[in-house]
Amino acid sequence: MHGRPRKAPKPEDEAASSAKAQKLRALQTQFFTFHHNKIYTKEAVELSAKLLEINPESYTAWNYRKLAVEHYLNLPDCNPDSIKSVLDDELRVVENALRQNFKSYGAWHHRKWVLSKGHSSIDNELRLLDKFQKADSRNFHAWNYRRYVAESMKRSEQDELKYAEDMIYTNFSNYSAWHNRSVLLSALFEKKAGGFLLKEKVLPEEYEFIHQAIFTDPDDQSGWFYHLWLLDQTVTTDSPLLASSWPGHGSDVLLVGDRCYNGSAFSPFSALHSDSGSFPIVLYFNQPVGGVNSSTVTVECGFNKNEDLFWKPLSASNSQTARVWVAHLKVPSSDLHSTVEVSVGHSKGIISTRGFVYSHPSMFSFKVHVQPMERDSSQVSVAENISLREENFKVYGTQSEESIIDSFDQLIIKNGHETTASNWRFEALAKEIECFRELLSLVDCKIGKLTLARLLKAYDAMSYPFANKLVHSEEVLELYSDLMKLDPTHYQFYKDEHSIVLLQKVTSSKESLLQHCFQYKDSASSAICDPICLRLNNLSLSRMGAFEKLLWVQMLDLSHNELQSIEGLEAMQLLSCLSLRNNKLRSLTTLEPLRKLKSLRILDISYNQIGDQSIDTTRYVCSSPLSHSVGSELNRDETVTSDVALINNWEAFFIFKDFNLNQLDIVGNTIADEKFKSVLVKIMPKLKQLDGKLLD
Amino acid sequence: MDDIPPYPPIDPTTFDLIVIGTGLPESIIAAAASTASKSVLHLDPNPFYGSHFSSLPLADLPSFLSSHSTSPSPPRSPSSDDPNEFSLLEFATRPLYSSIDISTFSPNLLDQHSRKFNLDVAGPRVLFCADKSIELLLRTGTNQYMEFKSVDATFVGDNKGNLWSVPDSRAAIFKDKSLGLVEKNKLMRFFKLVQGHLAGEQDVKISEEDLQSPFVDFLNKMGLPPKIKSFILYAIAMADYDQEDTGVCRDLLKTKDGIDQLALYNASIGRFQNASGAFLYPIYGQGELSQAFCRRAAVKGCLYVLRMPVTALLVDKDTGCYKGVRLASGQDIFSQKLILDPTFKVTLPLGSSPPLPLKEKLPFFSLKDDKGKIARGICITKTSLKPDISNFLVVYPPRSLFPEQVTSIRLLQIASNLAVCLPGMFVLYISALCNDDDQGKKLIHAVMNTLLTVPLDSESNAAVQSETAEIGSAVQDETSESSSGGPSDSGEEKPTLLWSALYSQELTLGQVDFICSTPMPDGKLNYNDLIDTTFKIFQEIYPEEEFFPETSLENPEVDGDASPET
Repeated sequence: MHGRPRKAPKPEDEAASSAKAQKLRALQTQFFTFHHNKIYTKEAVELSAKLLEINPESYTAWNYRKLAVEHYLNLPDCNPDSIKSVLDDELRVVENALRQNFKSYGAWHHRKWVLSKGHSSIDNELRLLDKFQKADSRNFHAWNYRRYVAESMKRSEQDELKYAEDMIYTNFSNYSAWHNRSVLLSALFEKKAGGFLLKEKVLPEEYEFIHQAIFTDPDDQSGWFYHLWLLDQTVTTDSPLLASSWPGHGSDVLLVGDRCYNGSAFSPFSALHSDSGSFPIVLYFNQPVGGVNSSTVTVECGFNKNEDLFWKPLSASNSQTARVWVAHLKVPSSDLHSTVEVSVGHSKGIISTRGFVYSHPSMFSFKVHVQPMERDSSQVSVAENISLREENFKVYGTQSEESIIDSFDQLIIKNGHETTASNWRFEALAKEIECFRELLSLVDCKIGKLTLARLLKAYDAMSYPFANKLVHSEEVLELYSDLMKLDPTHYQFYKDEHSIVLLQKVTSSKESLLQHCFQYKDSASSAICDPICLRLNNLSLSRMGAFEKLLWVQMLDLSHNELQSIEGLEAMQLLSCLSLRNNKLRSLTTLEPLRKLKSLRILDISYNQIGDQSIDTTRYVCSSPLSHSVGSELNRDETVTSDVALINNWEAFFIFKDFNLNQLDIVGNTIADEKFKSVLVKIMPKLKQLDGKLLD
Repeated sequence: MDDIPPYPPIDPTTFDLIVIGTGLPESIIAAAASTASKSVLHLDPNPFYGSHFSSLPLADLPSFLSSHSTSPSPPRSPSSDDPNEFSLLEFATRPLYSSIDISTFSPNLLDQHSRKFNLDVAGPRVLFCADKSIELLLRTGTNQYMEFKSVDATFVGDNKGNLWSVPDSRAAIFKDKSLGLVEKNKLMRFFKLVQGHLAGEQDVKISEEDLQSPFVDFLNKMGLPPKIKSFILYAIAMADYDQEDTGVCRDLLKTKDGIDQLALYNASIGRFQNASGAFLYPIYGQGELSQAFCRRAAVKGCLYVLRMPVTALLVDKDTGCYKGVRLASGQDIFSQKLILDPTFKVTLPLGSSPPLPLKEKLPFFSLKDDKGKIARGICITKTSLKPDISNFLVVYPPRSLFPEQVTSIRLLQIASNLAVCLPGMFVLYISALCNDDDQGKKLIHAVMNTLLTVPLDSESNAAVQSETAEIGSAVQDETSESSSGGPSDSGEEKPTLLWSALYSQELTLGQVDFICSTPMPDGKLNYNDLIDTTFKIFQEIYPEEEFFPETSLENPEVDGDASPET
């Protein structure tokens, strides 16, 4: 139990434990003999009870007892009385085992199993639990079992809520009790039980309640834990929403055969060079959803049949849910000026991973202008050499600013129905912000700062569609910088949060975004007009974010940051040129999101740390370890290769085989020796340039 | 009590120690001396155990109080043909109680059941779960003769009749409805600071300078708001006098002592699993404590004779040294040492000059101590002051009832489940330190008028009503508008008073001198100071002996056994 210092074992303890071990060994040998020979005599069953009393962790013994019970219940002379006595025996054995070790998984599981037979009094269980939970109020096994018992008894959530509340009043340092409270409230919300119909009535009371715990003892984490749940309940709208799309609503998409387009009336956010004869439609939801297909999303245009569209989830894992979904529209090669209408969720079927239905159908439309290719594209591409050097960038000219201003607002979708529903959320957040500012004026408290940062961030995110700016971003950034100093053990976490807030700030207004937009102009380039490059270099970013505003980006400079991961980058479907030069990428597997970027042609991953460590640890901590996704795609024919080099570099093989690169820079990584480069050339036959050298 | 029992002769006639009076200090000394293998004779003129620490039936309390309220003329010396080797110094009794005021509002009910009551003469009094009395009970095994129940809560009262629960622990702070969030934070941080200091954590050590400064200054320095300061000073550290008015404060608490009090309180909460609060109360009343130590002494061979008055002290004619006592039966009993109940004092025979050594010592012995008085009140009601809770303590900090109130007033409600009164009834003990009887009465009445309805048709109640009218009227008006957040429901009727006893008690200190005399009950809530004094007296008479040595444990019992019944 909690708060009891561990004592060093004394010699006599050791003697006792070795005596116990000896006894246990003898029992165990005997027990296994019975078990293997399927002997279920009274004597044999009693022996297993003895064994379990000494060692409740013996799973085999629990399983043996289950078999024994089944054996007795199947006897021909079995009657209700004998069944009850057999099961009561089991409950007694479990109880004794629990006295020995209150945290024995096997014992609790066995009890559930016995109860599930339906012959035992469930009321008794509640009394037993009361006793156990009084002895150790935080034991999660007991709480877990309690939920099971309460459900079997059909005990009302309100009664259980009262019980949890009493436990919290006894001692509020109780994760299990707070957790149970959140579980019960969720159930009551879902049932729309009396008094729990409106979150806006219940949640403020819950905030008030948790404040008592947090202010009384800010060092106690259990209260904060519950507060985080409340914050989530306040911020998250149940129903998923469409946050942004590419192309944006009301935008003009210009598709040109080469990188040049005529007429500066077109915004860089929607002009696209396409040599594949198609362009993507990207849907970005505010939470992961499933069920996006041609019946839930209809695309009406003159040149494609809706049924032909194939919607694909873009997520790190290979699950069928994602925040980002993409479909490709084929375009005819002739001149075209056409309007495309996309309606999302007019027929039901889009469901969030939390089980809520997409219930706010939305529609957007855009115009497509296709200019057929004027020149042979292959000629152009051969000579092309994109070099993201400082001298090649020019501050984005003002001549086209107007069009940018217009199109900036098209980047995100404003959901009008949020306004009315969100008032209480605003109020709740504003109250919380005030409350934690007060706490921080009293004590210096890490988790208090983190919570304030989260609250401010949530408030900004909620008010952004109306205010069009992030009022608190400076303060949030400061809080995270502070936390990095105060709490170095969680430095990386704060750094990641800091990066995301910084990116949200950069993308929050057209002015700040424009500051990062540059015109790429290479003196050696043969192109007539200059593409726009978003430069987010030298911002000491450790993570990428704000993707919902960056779906339009075709050229992205992330060089000289501290990126360890590029998770989420798969959402940027238009990306054709990406620099990750001088970052902290440690393995090839971190590049996995790039596999989903079909238009990526130019990639710079030079001067990272790929290959520094022989073992790729991200494989085990990343949410998308390659080991999960790649294995399923494994094509036997492909892997049967005689090339030893490929076998030895299978990670490179799996990552790069899907790439469609023209140009790759990989110099400055441990892995990038000559041998590796030759492997790369083999994997990517289309590669034209490696580390600045033209390939044959 | 009226019929004088025949006095049986006592045999043997010589003891190591004679103890007169069975109050708690005397009983502990008798038990300690017996444990140290001394032969002890323990006498009490009363037919019951406990003297000024006893719990008495309702009818017996007034007569006990009044018998100690006057100084009767010393009885004539029973015989003048004393053996030549002794001088006789007759005992006189001191008047220890004054302004005794008994009011009965429902005579039939109470008279019939007088014996069902066990009223503490020295109430209100509780045992802190971790205080010296509990340690002593456990160490001596005396706990086996007693049973306790928990006093469930402490409240702070105000002049509107509200009772605010005292946030005395982490859980209580969390649950408290009257404190704001900032106050909760400040209070808990203060508790943590004290805990850290007591645990010896270096970074939270309270400086020596702070420890020697007044506790109230330290609380101010910590930025604690007035409400919390009041909780800490008067409801947890149990300060007696207004700590913020140095003009009237006779006992300014130092930080060091304040922190010790907090530590005691903190250690008391949760010490015993079935005691929810910090305090315990003995079933059948506080008188049980004296009785339990007497039993403990008897087990070790102490001889007990009740209903045995003593008339005179025997002193050596030549040396002036103590020799023995003369009993009411006329028998002379000799011993080396004597312990006297504070009731008695020794008067010099008129006209005779005492032996030289005695003359020097007597002035000290009869010196009147000027420690003021304590006003006590006992009230009996049929309803609890607070629904759903029956045994609890209420503290009225200085100035909480009226501006001139300079001392804390404490009230303890004990219900019939502690076998102190008829089922369904409640006994309220009230006390406050005071300079004189009038001041004391005013303090007790202020509490009674705030919390109780005093019926008008009493025989002896006229004085009570008139005297309290000034305080009461102001209070009455405000009750109706008491805040809805307050724990006491203003809509409810106040409990009606059935019976009350008000009296003032002298605060006589124990003395270690020519003859040792034990102290009267003090103004504290627990017995810590009394036990300290008792220990000093024991050391004085038996400097070589250990006070209940560890080896004397007959029943080595674990802590849990002292825990109260559930």
